[in-house]
Amino acid sequence: MTDYQETLSFLYSALQDPNKKDIELTEQTALVADIGLSSLEVMEFIEKIEDHFDISIPLNILPDVNTIGDLAEKVQELNS
Amino acid sequence: MLFDKFQDMANFQAELAERDVKPFGAVTEQILSATEGIVEGRKVILAGTNNYLGLSYDPRCIRAAQDAAERWGTGTTGSRLANGSFAEHEALEQEIADFYGVENAIVFSTGYAATMGMCATLAGPGDTILLDADSHASIYAGVTLSGADIIRFKHNNPEDLAKRLRRLGDNTGRALIIAEGIYSMYGDIAPLREIAEVKREFGGYLFLDEAHSMGTLGATGRGAAQEAGVEDDVDFFAGTFSKSLGAIGGFCVSRHAEMEAIRFCIRSYIFTASSSPSVIASTRESLRIIQAEPELREKLWENAHRLYDGLKQLGLPVSPAASPVVALEMEDRSATIDCWKALLEAGVYVNLVVPPASPSNNYLLRNSVSAAHSTAQIDSIIAAYASLIDAGLAKPTLAA
Repeated sequence: MTDYQETLSFLYSALQDPNKKDIELTEQTALVADIGLSSLEVMEFIEKIEDHFDISIPLNILPDVNTIGDLAEKVQELNS
Repeated sequence: MLFDKFQDMANFQAELAERDVKPFGAVTEQILSATEGIVEGRKVILAGTNNYLGLSYDPRCIRAAQDAAERWGTGTTGSRLANGSFAEHEALEQEIADFYGVENAIVFSTGYAATMGMCATLAGPGDTILLDADSHASIYAGVTLSGADIIRFKHNNPEDLAKRLRRLGDNTGRALIIAEGIYSMYGDIAPLREIAEVKREFGGYLFLDEAHSMGTLGATGRGAAQEAGVEDDVDFFAGTFSKSLGAIGGFCVSRHAEMEAIRFCIRSYIFTASSSPSVIASTRESLRIIQAEPELREKLWENAHRLYDGLKQLGLPVSPAASPVVALEMEDRSATIDCWKALLEAGVYVNLVVPPASPSNNYLLRNSVSAAHSTAQIDSIIAAYASLIDAGLAKPTLAA
């Protein structure tokens, strides 16, 4: 199992390319409102996470995910 | 405010109005044949109607509808569970079940209601749905209502499906895999042999939407699974009567006897009026014709290859393989809208597709081919696209 900080680190690195506004990424950064990910970019980002952690992230959980921290927690749950 | 979320759409509509173009909801003022009509005041070749076999205007289907209207009236005025099950509906269910060689069939009022309703009902809380990422909006709408865990696999990628089934471990007995025969936007065909192999290895149930492949693929027109020789691996076939069969309505057939219990749990079946008898009658006649006249499919594919090859020779960015759906993918929204308008002015109606309806961030000029298109009409469509290049509106991007 990957620890929370490692998960966060991966999320930050995977967001480098789509972070076109080059904002500082923190646990509180909102994926859509702050970074401005499109729906397609969100799905591509999710696929990267799934491949990296060898998990499947159900679409149902996405409405509860706003920030990088929210997503890291969900990844931790699915990876446990 | 309540209406704020519609502002982007309102802005887009205003832009289209300012450019004097109406790609969404263009009005057909008159139908001249299965492949010609008057659209927005212009006589055009219809190349965006999904009327793959041209049966919407077949005199035998029209006569069947007329006879049924005289016999049964114009509507059922009720749902299938109340007063809306006429002998015509039951006859069609028997015929579509026989067509697929299974025992159970449910007929719906639209194709959307069929796929949405089945996907919302088959899986529920505690189950897992694995759906192709490029699935139709009706499938996404259904799975969202299901309460099941929803997992996407990469489009037409059996390896990715296998990976996700493997992750389910011992729970694949509660997994519903969803794919389509032909995908509606690019016209690409699902790798069903490989998907069936994955299902055999890991388990699960396979739901296949043959909306664009029924009537267009397979030795007798049953669709992509018949073409691939994997019908025994498919648990549920869904489809529509509004494309190859030229009417409106939808269906789901299955060898599973549980379908009769499922029927009474599908909200889009229970809580909507059933199809008009005239629609059911024309559908029954179309179903008879597609079995009796395989030459319609042969002509469809001859036309599909002619259009695809013609556009490819122009160097236009067509989808990877010939199909009854031939799409050109463009990156620039404004240029794509200009092309759509120029095609209409040149006498060709096609579909303009914009995100999120297109599977990527790009824009599509989507053509659907019909067996009823004459060779001259296909050549006219190709010539209209050539004129886009001549006018500098479209650029060749492929090596001819």
